[in-house]
Amino acid sequence: MKITEAFERGEFVVTAEVGPPKGCHIENMLEEAKTYLSDITAVNVTDNQSSVMRLGSLAVCKALKDEGLTPIFQMTCRDRNRIALESDLLSAAMFGIENLLLLTGDHTKLGDHPQAKPVFDLDSVSLIHTVKQLESGVDLGGNELVGEPPKFAKGAVVSPCSDSVDVQLAKMERKVAAGAEYFQTQAVYEPEKFIQFMEKAKQFGKPVQLGIVIPKSVGMCRYMNANVAGIHIPEEMIDELKADKEKTKAGITGVEIAARIIRECKPYCQGVHIMAMGWESKVPSLLEQAGLR
Amino acid sequence: MLITQLKDKETIVSLTEGKKVFIINCHGCKEVHFPEKEAKELQDEMTADGKVTGILTTDYICNPDNLKLRLEKHAEEIKAADAVLVLSCGVGVQTVAGYLEDKPVYAACDTYPLPGFQGVTPLEYDCDQCGECYLNLTGGICPITACSKSLVNGQCGGSKNGKCEVDSEMECGWERIYRRLAQLGRLDVLKCPTQVRNYATDEEVSKAE
Repeated sequence: MKITEAFERGEFVVTAEVGPPKGCHIENMLEEAKTYLSDITAVNVTDNQSSVMRLGSLAVCKALKDEGLTPIFQMTCRDRNRIALESDLLSAAMFGIENLLLLTGDHTKLGDHPQAKPVFDLDSVSLIHTVKQLESGVDLGGNELVGEPPKFAKGAVVSPCSDSVDVQLAKMERKVAAGAEYFQTQAVYEPEKFIQFMEKAKQFGKPVQLGIVIPKSVGMCRYMNANVAGIHIPEEMIDELKADKEKTKAGITGVEIAARIIRECKPYCQGVHIMAMGWESKVPSLLEQAGLR
Repeated sequence: MLITQLKDKETIVSLTEGKKVFIINCHGCKEVHFPEKEAKELQDEMTADGKVTGILTTDYICNPDNLKLRLEKHAEEIKAADAVLVLSCGVGVQTVAGYLEDKPVYAACDTYPLPGFQGVTPLEYDCDQCGECYLNLTGGICPITACSKSLVNGQCGGSKNGKCEVDSEMECGWERIYRRLAQLGRLDVLKCPTQVRNYATDEEVSKAE
């Protein structure tokens, strides 16, 4: 199923993401996905997230689909040139994978292979354009595809709490012009900034899913504030995590905070995207506390 | 060394449509290749149309001190122009754009690489000689060299406090581009069609030479 159909039905669309392991065994990951993520609309599979080499997104998407889940194939432009990207898009279509999230990708220098060549032959916008082109039955080189062309739901990302939000909005507009049909955002910890962003973004008329990362610990928050672009966790929120160490360790405080952010932002967006980062088991209680179950 | 090649006439006409322009020719590396004949034809035509406020033909505009002295002599002609059209390599265009911050500065040429010595390139500007000059879409700041990922369709999500995710000392090139376009009142340029880089051009042109 295409995620765009759920938006068209007016659903508040819930997705979550899984990160493939550094290895070729996915039994645990599949079990977790089936247990905790089977009743949401779709599951993103990250593509060598943070430039750390892992099992491939496409293979895990296929495995999830075989288990009856709806995968979203994340694709970055860091590791493949346009020939490899187009070829993987055709492979995805052959497997019946219908949802894409198209990103530029982090630089190789941020990951565990800093010696690698960063490709960036295409970027997020030209990759969206490439998918549109394939959908018209022609590849980026201008050559015709054989048979019925593929058809995807084309997603993209935007960073609503970025310190350069106007530059982000300009990029979002280019993504929409290139053919993006829905957006997932960077993790949000400042609902008022997100709401202001949505006031401006609604002119593009595309559904936006609020990005959520459950805050696990004070250390994680400090790390993200110092190192992760587009994220600022307010000091009062960090104080909440400091207050009761046991409650924080058990994930109760983090889930409470995340649920509160979802409730505050829900009237302004069309869905939520949860990046659980190993806390997939907390997703059901988060959705319940956010009033989504 | 490098080859500067005039962009097609259609592109230059659309850039300068309805505008008075001041023209700068840089002959600094002309022993290698500068499209002298085509450049003269173009400028004669534009002058006949009454579009030109002045022409400066000089060398090594990539040297900022040199450039400043020469531009000062043409201050009135530049002031009377709506835009400045530069026939030089990408470094030259960026040096002019850096100096004339409030004036739209357009590249009339694409720059292709040749092995060997390159002008008197100052460290602050760089031209990758990509053969499809983007400076007209980016307010005279090169997205190929000012962005770690050489992105041509806008900022990635990796800038924090205005700095690049790869190098915390490096300003985000696309934030610089956005600010410059805002300053020029030309944010509409960001609505241009999706750009897809063409890695074939330089190879083909080098072969053709």
